Amino acid sequence: MKKFAQLFLSLDETNKTNEKIKVIKEYLLSVSDADKINMLALFTGRKPKRPINATQLKQWALELSEIPEWLFKESYDVVGDLAETLSLLLPEPQHQQDRSLSSWVEEIKSLRKLSDEGKKEWLLDSLDQMERQEKFVFLKLLTSSFRVGVSQSLVVKAISQISGLETPTLTHRIMGNWEPETFSYQDLTAEEDGTTDISRPYPFFLAYPIQETSEIKKSAEELQIALGNATEWQAEFKWDGIRAQLIKRADEIFIWSRGEELATDKFPELHPFMLNLPNGTVLDGEILAFKENQPLPFNILQTRIGRKTISKKMLVDNPVAFIAYDVMEFENLDLRSKSQEDRRKVLEQIQSSSTHQEIFRISEIITANDWEKLAIAREQAREMMAEGLMLKRKTATYQVGRKRGDWWKWKIDPLSVDAVMIYAQKGHGRRADLYTDYTFAVWDGDKLVPFAKAYSGLTDKEIAKVDNFIKRNTLERFGPVRTVKPELVFEIGFEGINRSSRHKSGIALRFPRILRWRIDKKKEEADTLESLILLLQE
Amino acid sequence: MSKKPLLEFNQNGIYCAAGDFYIDPWRPVNDAVISHGHSDHAKWGHKKYLAHTLSREILYYRLGEINLETMDYGESRVKNGVKITFYPAGHIPGSAQIRVEYKGEIWVFSGDYKTEDDGLCAPFEPVKCHSFISECTFGMPVYKWAPQKEIFDGINSWWSQNQEEGKTSVLAGYSLGKAQRILQNLDMNLGKVYTHGVIQNSNEALIRNGINLYETTRITPETTKEELKGNMVICPPSAVGTPWMRKMLPYSFGYCSGWMAIRGAKKRRAADRGFVLSDHADWDGLISSIKATECDTVYLTHGSTASFSRYLQGIGYDARESKTLYGNEEEADLEKEGSNL
Repeated sequence: MKKFAQLFLSLDETNKTNEKIKVIKEYLLSVSDADKINMLALFTGRKPKRPINATQLKQWALELSEIPEWLFKESYDVVGDLAETLSLLLPEPQHQQDRSLSSWVEEIKSLRKLSDEGKKEWLLDSLDQMERQEKFVFLKLLTSSFRVGVSQSLVVKAISQISGLETPTLTHRIMGNWEPETFSYQDLTAEEDGTTDISRPYPFFLAYPIQETSEIKKSAEELQIALGNATEWQAEFKWDGIRAQLIKRADEIFIWSRGEELATDKFPELHPFMLNLPNGTVLDGEILAFKENQPLPFNILQTRIGRKTISKKMLVDNPVAFIAYDVMEFENLDLRSKSQEDRRKVLEQIQSSSTHQEIFRISEIITANDWEKLAIAREQAREMMAEGLMLKRKTATYQVGRKRGDWWKWKIDPLSVDAVMIYAQKGHGRRADLYTDYTFAVWDGDKLVPFAKAYSGLTDKEIAKVDNFIKRNTLERFGPVRTVKPELVFEIGFEGINRSSRHKSGIALRFPRILRWRIDKKKEEADTLESLILLLQE
Repeated sequence: MSKKPLLEFNQNGIYCAAGDFYIDPWRPVNDAVISHGHSDHAKWGHKKYLAHTLSREILYYRLGEINLETMDYGESRVKNGVKITFYPAGHIPGSAQIRVEYKGEIWVFSGDYKTEDDGLCAPFEPVKCHSFISECTFGMPVYKWAPQKEIFDGINSWWSQNQEEGKTSVLAGYSLGKAQRILQNLDMNLGKVYTHGVIQNSNEALIRNGINLYETTRITPETTKEELKGNMVICPPSAVGTPWMRKMLPYSFGYCSGWMAIRGAKKRRAADRGFVLSDHADWDGLISSIKATECDTVYLTHGSTASFSRYLQGIGYDARESKTLYGNEEEADLEKEGSNL
């Protein structure tokens, strides 16, 4: 695992894409195939299940470090990462080993069978054989977060350069359900795709946003210049649900979410129509809460996400439907190289022959000959419970990942509110010792009520300034949280708003984020709770 | 009635009432004893200065015409019956711990210090005292330095790798102390060392003070890209990201600082390489130094004062936090260096 630890360090030491690819290639060329596929698994989020919980891990490791627990906590506040904190606090190793990544991963996977005592002995023994960097990576494997700061596409590029296979092919092959035990490096890089995984999804094609803010809207002329004639585009509403890929192969069905999670069991009402699809069919579309032929707001759907079991009541109260907008595979043939128009014809044929059209819907095409008409249609999106329009070039193939040019999302104005920062907390990772996580409040009479937390959207320079302000204007501390003098105003953008009994303000925002720092505004100019409640669609 | 402490913290700096002088004052005073030449400790505007001999030229360079008296380590001056003696602090050339003795009571002000012998300045010597005023910039247990040889092996191999790739190596570190420590530990067989003007000025001041430094070449508008290629450039942190760096393209940029010990801090700097090299004591260094003074009371001036004082209390010390304006050496240097670019 020393080489893997070194890889991790080398990746940390460069910001340049080409150097990262070079370092990954060097690593791959220097280790066994078993280590290669294990590395790929880790870099694509296929981490072994956590064998030891964080509390135990921390407690046991702390015994070695000989510092009081409060000091460990403060150290963690400085470092911002459990694995890194422990690796810095633990003593030098007394023993050595040079075991491979795959042998360590295998051992970690077998740990679950051990008693707590056995786990502890194994942990302390292992830590006593590792230098700091190896310890760090090892602890990363054992704790929940294994973010590498390297996108999957870089690893794919490195493997592509070594194996000679195209990146879209590799991106497709590493999708779906696999583990190093079931999928070898030879399987990955074989000339012919020999997969037996009938659940394997295709990489999603993602749209690029048309850049607009609430002040700068694109005119019809600008769109004409940028995108050409409106007639070259297939326009649809941009549905506000969960992007999903539905697969029917060999009489089995699979529902994949965008995050490559298998969600088949969560949407039982989709099963009957999926089972009726011909074998060898893969559809792309959106799962929405849907009742009486009407889409419902996202928060209705949200009540079903994250639940292990879906109750009968929930199926009755919050039913879902699938709005299909693309087809990647039909009659076992990969259709991705066909044009948007041709795929649409196939999709219409599949959908029209379904006997479950209330659940298996199709995303209607908005017919419009020019951009003015499309702009008008976009304005109606919110009434349709949609987020705006999707524009898809009629000649476009179905591509891999977020590609500029053929698929655009054209959202309605983002919702926004001016709010006052009242609490701050330190960030993690790159921003570990800066205050980057803020809680915002709006006015309710003469009181400020917290209503949202957000931590993205500011530049590093702004963060440094805000951090400085927080440090000089702390009123109180509660553990890691500081109460800050209410003064700074920020514009908070969000995607939706719902009632919430869990929040003091009575509302909850979806995807709140900082749009910008309103240096021009005083705290008195921030919005009121009343204005937010008016946005509730009731 | 409790008696007045020998040294106290007031709005101007650390004051000795018995001797009527200040140590490292941050506001203009009549009589200032200066621990070292960094700009958060040596401020402009005092009527009289007492500093170590090896701080002389740097103080003249940074503060201009001042009324300066100097003395060596081990030497003493007596002001109104209060005896002031300098001991090496190992922080930068000329850095002194200031021992103050009056009627048998002994206080030591550490200034900034590090415990490792860096080969450039006189190594730190613990001084026995009753009260010890210590910095604790890195007073958290996550800060533990590797021996400097390890760090410099890393720096030299990074330099030679950059050479192979046809790149200039650019290393950033404070212009006074860190820059010279880097210089004296580079493998001079690899190539030439170029300096940013601010660093060259510091080098020249130290050389005037009789300190031996390797030869360096000042980067001027006439310096060409070609001559820099494959060589080493040492610059202050303030030069990073400015158009001045364009001449070094293609370069690899390394940052030398104790803060580089934490991944997050390293990433924020966006350096190609972060070298964990500090002129301050690490956690173990702070604790061993405090123990070696055999003091009862510790005052902590800057750094992780809250956590470190709590820890010291836990192991039996009377440890207190003191509010000072020290610890912004980088910020202060940035301002200073900005005007000298």
